[in-house]
Amino acid sequence: MRMPDPDLAVLGRRAEIAAALGRIVPGEGVIAEVDELKAYESDGLTAYRQLPMIAVLPETTDQVSQILKYCQENGVKVVPRGAGTSLSGGALPLADGILLAMGKFNRILEVDLDNRCAVVQPGVTNLGVTKAVEHAGFYYAPDPSSQIACTIGGNVAENSGGVHCLKYGLTTNNLLGLEAVLIDGTVLRIGGKHLDSEAYDMLGLLTGSEGLLAVVTEVTVRLLKKPETARALLFGFPTSEQAGDCVAAIIGAGIIPGGMEMMDKPAIHAAEAFVNAGYPLDVEALLIVELDGPHVEVDYLVAQITEIATANGVLTSRVSTNEEERLNFWAGRKAAFPAVGRISPDYYCMDGTIPRHKLPLVLRRMREMSEKYALRVANVFHAGDGNLHPLILYDANEPGELERAEDFGSDILKLCVEVGGVLTGEHGVGVEKRDLMGTMFTEADLNQQQRVKCAFDPASLLNPGKMFPELHRCAELGRMHIHGGKMPFPDLPRF
Amino acid sequence: MATLKPETPEQVVEAVTWAVAEETPLEVIGRGSKRTLGRPAQVGNGLDLSSLSGITLYEPEELVISARAGTPMAEIEAALTAKNQMLAFEPSDLGPLLGGAPGMGSIGGALACNLAGPRRIKAGAARDHFLGAHSVSGRGEVFKTGGRVVKNVTGYDLCKLLAGSYGTLGAMTDVTVKALPAPEKTRTVLLFGLDDAAASRAMTRAMQSAHEVSGAAHLPAGLTTGSAVSYVAKAGGAVTAIRVEGPGPSVEHRAAALRRELADLAETEELHSMNSAKLWAELRDVGPLAAEPAHLVWKISVPPASGAGVAARIAHGHDARYFFDWGGGLIWLALPASDAPAFEGRHAAVRAALKDCGGHATLIRAPEDLRAQVPVFQPQDPGNAALTKRVKDSFDPRRVLNPGRMYAGV
Repeated sequence: MRMPDPDLAVLGRRAEIAAALGRIVPGEGVIAEVDELKAYESDGLTAYRQLPMIAVLPETTDQVSQILKYCQENGVKVVPRGAGTSLSGGALPLADGILLAMGKFNRILEVDLDNRCAVVQPGVTNLGVTKAVEHAGFYYAPDPSSQIACTIGGNVAENSGGVHCLKYGLTTNNLLGLEAVLIDGTVLRIGGKHLDSEAYDMLGLLTGSEGLLAVVTEVTVRLLKKPETARALLFGFPTSEQAGDCVAAIIGAGIIPGGMEMMDKPAIHAAEAFVNAGYPLDVEALLIVELDGPHVEVDYLVAQITEIATANGVLTSRVSTNEEERLNFWAGRKAAFPAVGRISPDYYCMDGTIPRHKLPLVLRRMREMSEKYALRVANVFHAGDGNLHPLILYDANEPGELERAEDFGSDILKLCVEVGGVLTGEHGVGVEKRDLMGTMFTEADLNQQQRVKCAFDPASLLNPGKMFPELHRCAELGRMHIHGGKMPFPDLPRF
Repeated sequence: MATLKPETPEQVVEAVTWAVAEETPLEVIGRGSKRTLGRPAQVGNGLDLSSLSGITLYEPEELVISARAGTPMAEIEAALTAKNQMLAFEPSDLGPLLGGAPGMGSIGGALACNLAGPRRIKAGAARDHFLGAHSVSGRGEVFKTGGRVVKNVTGYDLCKLLAGSYGTLGAMTDVTVKALPAPEKTRTVLLFGLDDAAASRAMTRAMQSAHEVSGAAHLPAGLTTGSAVSYVAKAGGAVTAIRVEGPGPSVEHRAAALRRELADLAETEELHSMNSAKLWAELRDVGPLAAEPAHLVWKISVPPASGAGVAARIAHGHDARYFFDWGGGLIWLALPASDAPAFEGRHAAVRAALKDCGGHATLIRAPEDLRAQVPVFQPQDPGNAALTKRVKDSFDPRRVLNPGRMYAGV
């Protein structure tokens, strides 16, 4: 993966830039020692590493504003970072850029239960929001699997999902307001505690913009009341086709479960060996369905879904009868990534989405690719919304294996697009899928996206090298060719 | 003024390219049911997208439906109903409120205006269900954003920008939205005789419960008599309505629990599915304020707990009629028509009422001269206004798509 060439002039001014940042963030807010910078050299996509030129840890919105303004005026690139759990390299540093680490923005500013929202700083962890409101029976719905560590600011940047997003939505559906700083230092307040935007939906645009448009300094999130109860069902199917049919039949019956997860045989075996969740080992596909709500609703739907599973040829079927059992059903799924990590020195986690009925085809093609690349693959799958997480097993110490794993991954994502899906369901484009954007978008599509980038960051200083395979200059993108003026299709009716 | 009526996306490109070359702005319309919503724009010609019509893909089990942007909402809704599904954002039909016939809107129009009905509080607005689009920018270029799957974070989410852009960023040609199962059953708990403040407390209590309330509205005394639901029409005073939806046994359980938990506040009654559908359709389409065509109608979104206070501040000294939706967070408010100076004063009162709590107010229904006189949409601070202009530049640098419909110069 090629990153933009470092700007030697900027690198040559490193000491001067560090000193200037030190004046904005006094004390220990600026890190320029190589040893200390090591902590920031990669994010959750550990195959890529790069030391930043300087790391800076602001504590106030005003400092963020001054830093960004300084960077704009001095042509210095900026990579924002939350907890660094991105799986797509969204927080991968640049050799000639500063790393803007938002970890000190870690306070919960307000909990407003009358308006069912909380105002938090972006460095608060996802789970930290729920922890702050669970005494009153509330929670924050999006639950990415890194929720202990990942921050709300990072969730906004990546539009994070989680196993419950089929029913409760992604980050973008659970936000009310933002404070964000543009590269020129402008501090914007967007939204608030009310619904919907007063002009263009900048809240929706910034969510999932991967740190390329603005730096978020405050977030207002919606809170929900915790459901009365939750139960999980565990189904083993003889084929992945039958498991897929069961998922389609559940949704066809008008049921949107709180969560619906599928695992294939390699994933089941790895998970079972790791946590002994009691998963059946003689099945090709495992389906975990979680229902939440009042007891009477959950019991009613458990009966309906069990019937649907039976009609679709389920081999083993279990229903949790208490909280311990429910958590046990989930234990294997939640530990699937580390479980795969135990059976392979390294693994590469992919994140495409497909129209769900294409699953059998995609799994079959993936098995063929697995043979071609001579690498194993285990699949976990947000079955309700078609979001695949193939885990490609490889050994980075074997020459050529990382490259093979990456090629395998690219082929999987291209396949997702080919069958009508998309490159990423929740992990983001980052550096990882940057060069695949052309398989999903035309040049005109990407140019329009980059023009939006230009509206926020005309010199492309915020997180450059992520998301777009090719960087165009804004002046070039803004140019317009006017074609001469005949009235169009004169034969059509006019009024 | 000529109206161009393209029949293919290529012809939309042709039309926009021509408008750019001629420097003649276009009024972009779907089926025209909401043409009077917004600032009166200075446009030379019309771009009517109603010939781009028809459902192009509907896969109920994948929860997606795609259609040409000019497809009538009625056609979309009929297709969904046949499969027991719905657009969960419950788009309002503003036609009758704006003086037209019901059922005339298009799917593209519903998205471009980011419509949302009472279920907004649980299911979101059009923006939350808008999965993908093909549009023609003001540069005369086709661009795609999003996709046809419900979970997608590939690239910027330009659907969010298109939703609520009133046709100022792109002329949409094809759209994909989420389809969700229709609820098996609906119940509405009615509370009688509460004043605004007490109703606000009741709605807050309901919204804070685990009962997954999908509608919470309050009709003050005087706005109930026109309802087709006799429990409401004959209430003889204010009516507060709390809706729950879902599987039968669950809905019965939750409605009973809500009645119990709210019993200390007021007398309660319960509407079943049929009456519930009638009542929530009336609220969704602003029925209680549609009857007085001369009144100016505002849509005001505020923090839910502030709704009653905001309405009281505006009503003080002005003869306002209003009701609440979204648990108090949405105020539909009507003010009598007046001469221009009095109108200025009322406009100022609406804007001032939001100063402390935040939110936005949109003048949904007013004669053209008044919509030219004051900002129709919430005025922006300088930072946001400048960014809005730059975003408009990035889609429509020559200002050919609905220029000025939202803000001057945008």
